Amino acid sequence: MTSFNVPLLASAALLPPPTLRFDGVAFNQQGKALLGPCSFTLDGTGPTLVMGPNGAGKSLLLRLAHGLLSPTQGQVAWSRGGRPRQAMVFQQPVLLRRSALANLVHALAVNNVPRKTRTQIACEALEHFGLTSCTNTPARVLSGGEQQRLALARAWVLSPQVLFLDEPTSALDPAAIKGVEAAVRKFHQRGTRIVMTTHDLHQARRLAGDVLFLSGGKVCEHTPADVFFNRPVSREAQAFIAGELVG
Amino acid sequence: MENNAFCVALSLLLNLDASLFQIVALSLQVSLMAVLIAAVLGFPLGAAVALWRFPGRGVMIVVLNALMGLPPVVAGLAVYLLLSRAGPLGEWGFLFTPGAMVIAQVVLVLPILAALSRQKVEELLGEYREQFMSLGMSRSRMMPTLLWDARFALLTVLLAGFGRASAEVGAVMMVGGNIDGVTRVMTTAIVLETGKGNLPLALGLGIVLLTLVMLINAGAYLVGELTRRRIG
Repeated sequence: MTSFNVPLLASAALLPPPTLRFDGVAFNQQGKALLGPCSFTLDGTGPTLVMGPNGAGKSLLLRLAHGLLSPTQGQVAWSRGGRPRQAMVFQQPVLLRRSALANLVHALAVNNVPRKTRTQIACEALEHFGLTSCTNTPARVLSGGEQQRLALARAWVLSPQVLFLDEPTSALDPAAIKGVEAAVRKFHQRGTRIVMTTHDLHQARRLAGDVLFLSGGKVCEHTPADVFFNRPVSREAQAFIAGELVG
Repeated sequence: MENNAFCVALSLLLNLDASLFQIVALSLQVSLMAVLIAAVLGFPLGAAVALWRFPGRGVMIVVLNALMGLPPVVAGLAVYLLLSRAGPLGEWGFLFTPGAMVIAQVVLVLPILAALSRQKVEELLGEYREQFMSLGMSRSRMMPTLLWDARFALLTVLLAGFGRASAEVGAVMMVGGNIDGVTRVMTTAIVLETGKGNLPLALGLGIVLLTLVMLINAGAYLVGELTRRRIG
């Protein structure tokens, strides 16, 4: 594994990643059921890939799990009691109007990391994600791939136990996708639970440990990756893999 | 006559006329101080209204927006009543001092800075909200981040405030009194000199006022444009 200095909790990598459980979670908006009710448990090593056609509720599921939205019904529960340290990387990285370095330093400051160590931790993370040459570049003039890697580096410095990624590569070219996937693997190796949405089957094959397949706001199946790609159980997943349109 | 007045005005400027420059200096002092105080109060106020939901928030936004158009003489009257000997703050002995003029201009500029910064911060918050929530930031922690990230927009807002302060005549006339050498600023001097028929000095002051406002705006535009291009 990496010798990278884990700032917040040195033992993060030694513990198994926390288990995420959805208990009959549903989300309605203006009387319209957008998701669920769905129940599942993410307790494998992952990474968990959340797949499904557009509008299936993938992003919604991620936001409910991360706590950006509160479920209308049911509850989101974590093993070991409390809410684990977690981070999220969005489809469009939201970066502050400052340098790449200042973006990381800000995230560390928000998390009460001592001032003296912030710059060092941030510089190490930039190096780790191949962004050293961009240290003082304003974050918002970086290329799309660099911006997404910077968003991942920002998540990295927070040493999350769980990392959510919402279609992180959908706007990127193949070279940039490769960089982002390598970064995701680094998190996985560090023992972070990865929950990532994608509608790219090839990407899912490259990364997935298990797949949570959604369609029409319902969980159709949750199976290990080799089962999902070779012998999908649900009719919707069979159609999705066969390249058909799923209603 | 007018041509002549223009020539005299220019010669006053070129000869660095002492009384003219005293007036210019006081004007700048008063307006810059007022804008500074209004910014220290108004930007956090605007950001707070953008961030928090509280009863009466809608009313507050409407009032702030309406106060952007507060007639200067009304502001002047209010500050006059406050500071006059019989008023609640009469003991300060502030009336007809530059301090009173600063207070009157703060009253005029504060709503502009608060209302416009509220808009800018709210726009930015819309973009940043999910990321901030993901980082677990409290609203009070979001405030400095938002104000800093809106800095270029806020520079323009600051300019709008300075424009209002430096161009305003009614309020400073009422609470300052246009006392020669003490509270005479460019706008009040122009009113007085025009009334006296001393057009060269009035015109000279007018030219200086216009040039200053132009220069400050040009400078801010350049700084804003260059950094915007760099920061993205």
